[in-house]
Amino acid sequence: MGWTRKILRIDLTTGTIKSEPLRMDWAEKYLGQRGLATKYLIEEIDPKTDPLGPGNKMIFATGPLTGTCASTGGRYSVITKGALTNAIACSNSGGYWGAELKFAGWDMVILEGKSPKPVYLTIFDDQVELHDASAVWGTSVWNTDEHIKTKHQDPMMHVAAIGVAGENQVLYSCIVNDLHRAAGRSGVGAVMGSKNLKAIAVRGTKGVKVKDGMAFLKATGEAKKVLAANAVTGAGLPTYGTQVLMNVINEAGAMPTRNHRDIQFEGAHAISAEAMATPRKSDGKKNLLTNQACFGCTIACGRISKIDEKHFTIQNKPQYWHASGGLEYEAAWALGSNTGVDDLEALTYVNFICNEQGLDPISFGATVSAAMELYDLGLLTPAETDGIDLKFGSAEALVKCVELTGKAEGFGKLLGLGSKRLCEKYGRGDLSMSVKGQEFPAYDARGIQGMGLAYATSNRGACHLRGYTVSSEILGIPEKTDPLVTDGKPALVKAFQDATAAVDSSGLCVFTTFAWTLNDIAPQVNAACEGTWTPERLLETGERIWNMERIFNNRAGLTAADDNLPPRLVSEAAKTGPATGLVNGLAKMLPEYYQLRGWTAEGQPTNETMSRLAI
Amino acid sequence: MLKALVIDPGKCTGCKQCEMACSYENEGEFNVAKSRIRVFDFHTEARFVPYTCTQCAEAWCQHACPVNAITTDHMGVKVVHENLCVGCKVCTIACPFGTVNYNASSGKVIKCDLCQGKPACADACPTGAITYQDTEQAGFDKMKLWAAQAAAATTHEGPNTPAAKH
Repeated sequence: MGWTRKILRIDLTTGTIKSEPLRMDWAEKYLGQRGLATKYLIEEIDPKTDPLGPGNKMIFATGPLTGTCASTGGRYSVITKGALTNAIACSNSGGYWGAELKFAGWDMVILEGKSPKPVYLTIFDDQVELHDASAVWGTSVWNTDEHIKTKHQDPMMHVAAIGVAGENQVLYSCIVNDLHRAAGRSGVGAVMGSKNLKAIAVRGTKGVKVKDGMAFLKATGEAKKVLAANAVTGAGLPTYGTQVLMNVINEAGAMPTRNHRDIQFEGAHAISAEAMATPRKSDGKKNLLTNQACFGCTIACGRISKIDEKHFTIQNKPQYWHASGGLEYEAAWALGSNTGVDDLEALTYVNFICNEQGLDPISFGATVSAAMELYDLGLLTPAETDGIDLKFGSAEALVKCVELTGKAEGFGKLLGLGSKRLCEKYGRGDLSMSVKGQEFPAYDARGIQGMGLAYATSNRGACHLRGYTVSSEILGIPEKTDPLVTDGKPALVKAFQDATAAVDSSGLCVFTTFAWTLNDIAPQVNAACEGTWTPERLLETGERIWNMERIFNNRAGLTAADDNLPPRLVSEAAKTGPATGLVNGLAKMLPEYYQLRGWTAEGQPTNETMSRLAI
Repeated sequence: MLKALVIDPGKCTGCKQCEMACSYENEGEFNVAKSRIRVFDFHTEARFVPYTCTQCAEAWCQHACPVNAITTDHMGVKVVHENLCVGCKVCTIACPFGTVNYNASSGKVIKCDLCQGKPACADACPTGAITYQDTEQAGFDKMKLWAAQAAAATTHEGPNTPAAKH
C-alpha cells in the first residue's frame, strides 16, 4: 500500500480518458514520483522528441507517502522533457495538490498529445472530465484558480495551473498549484501550454492506506520528533524560511551577485530574512506576516508576505494589497542579489507576479541579470529593451521586465528565451550562467566547490536540489567538509544525488534531510509500502533513478560535453570573501565522479553498472 | 472535570496533521475529506483556522434529531450513534456552526466526539494550535496574555496595604 495502484492516462489529442493499473514491478524498483515517472517516460517517449511537440508526454506523479501523515508527505512532481533544457525535467512541488490527487485515488496522471483547443481537466475521484478553457485562457493562475472553484461550486478543490507565461511557452514557465506553490524549473509550464492544457483541478474523498498502521504512526511520530529537535528544521526554517541562508551564504562568499561578476552582495542584509521580519520604515509594518506549511509538513518554511501599499510597485493596484507567497531564498537571491536590486518590497512584488503569471523566479531573475550584463557591455541597447534602462540595481527595470515577460510582449519576448538563448543571440553565450540551458541557483561554485560538480552533472541542468552539498560544505550536515577544496567532493556529490533521488521519489520533501538521513526515512517507507525498504535499498533505488535519468539524457543527444560550467566559474577568480582567488575545479572532479558512478570517460553507464543496478 | 478542544488560529500553519489524525482515528485511513476537524485557509489574510464541534451544553443537533441518535455522554460530549442514525441530515441544518456533516459513503452523519477523551488532532498538532484543556480554564491562557499587557502598564506607588484602600 502507500500506492493507490491506479494511474490516469489522458490523450489530449482525442480527449480519451483511461484508468490503468500501476506497474507494481516498476514501483518496486523506482518507488514512486520522480523515479517511477522517469521509468514511464523513458519507456513511452522518444528522448529526441521536441519538448514542445505533441510527441512529448507529461506526468504528474505522487510518491507512496504523499497523502499520509508522514511529515512533509504532500509532494508531487512533474516529469517530462524540459522545454528549457531539452533534458529530462522533474519539477517538485508542495502545497496541497499532490495529496488531493492521491485522495482522488490516483498515483499519477499521464498526459499525452495536444488538445485541439484550450482545455482544463477536473478530477473528482473517478469522475474525470476535460472542459473548454476559453473563459480562463489568457488569464492568470490566480484568476484560473478562482474561476474553476466557482464554476464547479467546490471551494475545496486544489488547482494546478499555468499562467499566461506557460500559454506563451516562455521557456522557464512553471506550473503553480495552491496559488503560490510551484513545480518551478526547466519549463514544465511551457510543455503544459504547448498541450493547450490550462489547469488540473483535483478533489478526492478516498483515503490513503498504509501497510502497517501502528508501525507507520510510530515511525512517522519518531521522525517528527527528529525534525522538531533539529536547529534547522525545528527553528531556523519555520522562523526565517529558506531565507535563513541569505546572510550565511553571503558571508561564506558564495552568493552570486550581478550575474556572478561578484560573489558577495553589499545589499544582502536589506533583502534577508531578518529584513522581512523587521518593521518597515515606510509604514511600520513587517513584510512577513506568518509562515505556512504545505500538506502534512511539521517544518512550515513557507513565507506569507504583504507588500507596503504605498510602494511604487502596487500603489495604484489594489489587487495586490493582500497577503500571498513571500520570498524564499532562491527568489530573493535571483531577483535581488543577482540583479543587484536591494528593494525588498519590489522583490516581493516581482515574486507575486512570477506566481500569478507562472514564471520560475530563479531562471527569470538570472535571465534579467544576464540581460543587464549585455546592456552594461553595450550589446543590448535601449532600442531593444523597449526603452527600459536595464542597469544593475534598478528595481524599476526589474519590475518592467517581469510585467512584460509572462505576456511575451516586446522585450519580454527576448527575456522569455532564457539566458542561454538570449546571450547566444548577442554572440556572448559565455555570459549565460547556466548548465544544459538552465540557470544557476543561489550558490556560487567558486565559494562552494562541490556545487560546481553537482551543477555540471545535474540531470535537469543547473540545480541545487539534485545534490545539495551546501549542507555538508557550509552547514556541516551530516558532517562538515571544506567548501574551498575539491578533494572528496565527487563521492560527496554522488552520495547526495543518490539519496535525494530516493527522497524525491517517496512523496517527502528534500528539506527534511537537514535533519533526516535515509535511516529516518526508511522505516516510514517500510511501514507504508509492501516489501522491505531498508536505507540501503533506498540508496540503491536512488542510484538506479539517477542512472535512468542519465540514460534518458544520453539518448536525447546530450554528452559529457554538456557536463560543464560557464567559463566565468572556471576561469575568473572570486574577488572577495573566503574564496578570493579561486575558480571552480570541475576538471579535477569530473573524471573521478564518472569513475565512482561506473560510467565511461564519455559519461555513459557501463554494461556492468547497468546490470549491477538491474536497469 | 469537562475538557474541550481549545483552538488558537494564531499558531496554526495549515499543515492538516489534525485532519489526518482525525480521519485515521475514525476511518482507519488518511482521508481529510472524512475529517471531523477542518483547517480553513484564508490565504489573502494569512490566516489558517482549524474548526470543529464545540460540544454545546445544549445542542441544537441533539434537539433536532428525530430518532434520538445523538446523545450526551458523561463527559458532555455529543455522540452520534451510527446504528440509530438514518442519515436524514436534519442535525446538519440545525447546527449553527456547520460542524455536523453528512458522510455519503456511510449514509450517516459524522461529528467530533473527542476520541473518547483522547483527541487525536490535539496530539498530532505540531505547533500547539489545538490543545485539550479543562473547559472552565480554557480562556485563562488568553486572559493571562492580556493581563501581562496590563501589568506592563502598571506602576507601583508604594506598599500594597489594606489601609491604602481607605
